[in-house]
Amino acid sequence: MFMTNQNNAKRSRVFFEASARFVVLGAGVLVMGGLFGVALFLVLQGWPAITATSGLPRNAANLWELAAPLAFGSVWAATIALILAIPVALSCALALTEYLPKQLSTTLGAVIDVLAAIPSVVYGLWGIMVLAPMLAGPYGWMGQNLGWIPLFAGEPSATGRTILTAGLVLAVMIMPIMTAISREVFAQAPKELREASIALGATKWEMIRMVVLPYGRSGMISGAMLALGRALGETMAVAMVLSAVPGLISFELLTSSNPNTVAAFIAQNFPEAHGLEVSALIALGLALFVITFVVNGIARKISNQPSDDAKPGLLARVKNAFVATGVRA
Amino acid sequence: MNRKSLKAARLLVLPTVVMLGALSACATNETPPPVAPPTSASQAPTQTVDTPPALSGTLNAGGASSMTAAQEAWRADFQNANSGVTINYDPTGSGTGRTNFSEGGYVFAGTDAAFSVEDASGDFAGCVAGTSLVEIPAYISPIAVAFNLGEIKALNLDAATISELFAGVITNWNDPKIAAQNPDVTLPDQKVTPVHRADKSGTTQNFTDYLSKVAPAAWPYEVEETWPEALKGEAVEKTQGVREAVSSTLGAVGYLDASQAKELGQVAIKVGDDYVAYSPQAAALAVEKSPAATGRAATDIVINLDRTLAEPGAYPMVLISYLAACSQYSNSADGALVNAYLSYVVSPEGQNAAAANAGSAPLSGSLATQVAQVVSAIK
Amino acid sequence: MGMIDFQEKSDLVSMPKVKTSRKVTDRVVKVVIIAFFGLALLPLISLLTTVITRGVGRFDPTFFSSSMRGVVGAGGGAVHAIWGTLLITGTALIISAPIGIAAAVYLVEYGRGKLAKLLTFLVDVMTGIPSIVAGLFAYAVFSIILGPGTRSGVAGSIALSLLMIPVVIRSSEEMLRLVPGEQREAAIALGSPKYRSIWRVILPAAAPGIVSGVMLGICRIIGETAPLLLVAGFTDSMNLNVFDGRMATLPVFIYSQWQNKGTDSVAYEGRAWSAALMLIGIVLIMNIAAKLIAARTQKVR
Repeated sequence: MFMTNQNNAKRSRVFFEASARFVVLGAGVLVMGGLFGVALFLVLQGWPAITATSGLPRNAANLWELAAPLAFGSVWAATIALILAIPVALSCALALTEYLPKQLSTTLGAVIDVLAAIPSVVYGLWGIMVLAPMLAGPYGWMGQNLGWIPLFAGEPSATGRTILTAGLVLAVMIMPIMTAISREVFAQAPKELREASIALGATKWEMIRMVVLPYGRSGMISGAMLALGRALGETMAVAMVLSAVPGLISFELLTSSNPNTVAAFIAQNFPEAHGLEVSALIALGLALFVITFVVNGIARKISNQPSDDAKPGLLARVKNAFVATGVRA
Repeated sequence: MNRKSLKAARLLVLPTVVMLGALSACATNETPPPVAPPTSASQAPTQTVDTPPALSGTLNAGGASSMTAAQEAWRADFQNANSGVTINYDPTGSGTGRTNFSEGGYVFAGTDAAFSVEDASGDFAGCVAGTSLVEIPAYISPIAVAFNLGEIKALNLDAATISELFAGVITNWNDPKIAAQNPDVTLPDQKVTPVHRADKSGTTQNFTDYLSKVAPAAWPYEVEETWPEALKGEAVEKTQGVREAVSSTLGAVGYLDASQAKELGQVAIKVGDDYVAYSPQAAALAVEKSPAATGRAATDIVINLDRTLAEPGAYPMVLISYLAACSQYSNSADGALVNAYLSYVVSPEGQNAAAANAGSAPLSGSLATQVAQVVSAIK
Repeated sequence: MGMIDFQEKSDLVSMPKVKTSRKVTDRVVKVVIIAFFGLALLPLISLLTTVITRGVGRFDPTFFSSSMRGVVGAGGGAVHAIWGTLLITGTALIISAPIGIAAAVYLVEYGRGKLAKLLTFLVDVMTGIPSIVAGLFAYAVFSIILGPGTRSGVAGSIALSLLMIPVVIRSSEEMLRLVPGEQREAAIALGSPKYRSIWRVILPAAAPGIVSGVMLGICRIIGETAPLLLVAGFTDSMNLNVFDGRMATLPVFIYSQWQNKGTDSVAYEGRAWSAALMLIGIVLIMNIAAKLIAARTQKVR
């Protein structure tokens, strides 16, 4: 009697143990399955467009003709955003870790994080109603005086809704992510090295250049890659701000004819799409998914790489920073 | 749970409770229908119709986004008059509207382009087989060419000049071609910024159709719902985008629903030998003077708009949006609701409500009577 | 005179001159860095002041008690969109929190080998899925199951869950790893089985951190527009049923008010800015609360 009870207890314990394991494993598998499901369903629904030769949006002859200029637009806008955001983000990270007093830097760091928390549709609203009108004047001036530079060529937009404005809005949106990650890795630079270099007579900037920056390099790169992924996938802000011609490939920054981006094109055309057009937009989404998957994958690989002196905490730190600010796609 | 997590939970729960408490689950402007809200028209009362029962039920429809603002007004009025009725109109575009109507997803559809003669004689999922399709012009929207030149509020331009403005051939407002047609106006030395719709739009299609019919030499581009990609210019979303871009940018010129162009400078277009400024009457006249399409059922009223009309005082730069419905629905409750709703839509009150909110030109003359007759026969 | 002076000095002692130029560089860099930092704050200041000054006008009782049904032009409110946001986000929370926390428990307590590594990698990558792709996924799933063109709140919740789950997993994982070893060992030493020690000891100890992570996850999704635009659609009436019909949400409300302005554009813009103000308010409050909870638990340790 007593024995069977104990056996029962043991059995139920084993059962619970196994089912607990099953539940959490199931959750993990579900998450993985979800990701594969995304790819699967996008392929299923996008397939008709991948093979189609007519009926696509913009009367494109095939999907490639539709996707190529949009992919260019996405990459171009994201590149502009990165170029604008990198110096600012690095400066912010350095100011917060190296220059500002601790109390102030905690507060201001949180303030920068707030930028990451603002929804993209609000950025879009701000971009089109505040930023673009503000920039129209300067664009006109730039077009007149710097028009000889190919990037600034063409008739400058009178409304300011150019790809440079879109890039600027994107830069504001991705800057906090890069700042947060760089901050984490900069703060990780070993104290001994810092102190040693200062003791050897280095100025603060020299210390930063020789100790902090090299130490944080892989973190900075992976932060930039993550930011790139976000900029590529950002939809609403671009859709609202940009004056776009979907089939255009152009490097001109100031005109009102700009290339469109994949994500914005999907959002703008989806509500009125039907039949094969829907498939085409889903296929574009699949392309975007693959591109961002690769970019993010590379970012992770870089942050995982053991650099010169192994820093076991780096990966965790980067992830931490990312989660803390990861408030928007 | 320990104390800490309790505290954390409280931190979460408190604001939520406060917020939910302050937020009512019913909107004050939505009067609840007499019974629990029916989810489909099939639940609508179908008793023998001696005294007309209070209408109730839901109609899901959609299609052309050009008539969104008009539908907004119609739905608001109709739903306020019949609190048990909910009418949804999805501005999903004409193509989706026609497809969904054919497949039975929409009870009726709005479309900027009528069904082809072949499709119109086909089968529709929601209709009784063998009955004819109903198509009526419900929303007549004149298109204005609007510009921003400060004090100058009116210009005379022929179709060729308009084409060249939008195609980027004329780049300055003091161009001799414009001056020749406007001897009384002092034109400024001002750069032209053409503004066009970035989204698919019936307005774009009708505007470019007008240009290509009236000035084929100056407008060799394809006539479609999307703006020709070969042309430069400011691309904006929706009618409001055009209005804002034009009103905020000196030298801008755009095309948009005439109703939205009130405070902007407007072009009088050349019809025959005269220049005609937009007015609802001028637009209605152009529709009335255009021939009806032939080879269609009596319930299928489609207008072949004559862009090159020489009728004095007519304004042929017009968008006609149709409503497609069944003449007899498989579900009679749907039929009764559609009958009631569309009757309101084409009635003078409905047309005036649309004119007030969307600035359309009300149906007029014999066309109005003909349309009302067709609608009243829907069952 | 000065010229000579300078020459003399540099000839005599070269060290101080180098030092001066290095110091100048140091100063310049410092100024540049602080200036860039100030520059970074400008957009935030501009954005917040704009949203507040333009949004406060329509932040009135009507805004929180009326929907847009039957409203043309001025008036109306966003109560239907507020409810839509609450319901869709709530549903997403119900889907994401258990899955996310369970997956984190798996990674921390059970996960070994290739599978766990793959999961970690995929979760990392998943954090970067563009929101519009999540929306397209939900659209594809629901159009295969329910036919094309269906719109519902729950489809939106599924799209948002895809974005929220990785955030929940990541943060819960960190919090679970922070639970001190002694607590685990004590539980095991007392002979309690693993599942029970997880349930009774580890999860409660990590609870505040997990809660804060979940809140950050909510912040991540509550402002999402693109996926909801695709699958939840927009309506001007109240809809409290997530499983049927279109549902308005605050972000989509902002977008549609801005995009489909009627003749009286000021009224539409006012509503858009008010909704933006409300959305930013929610996100900021949740964000700060989450950080306070996290900070407090870290202090306790």
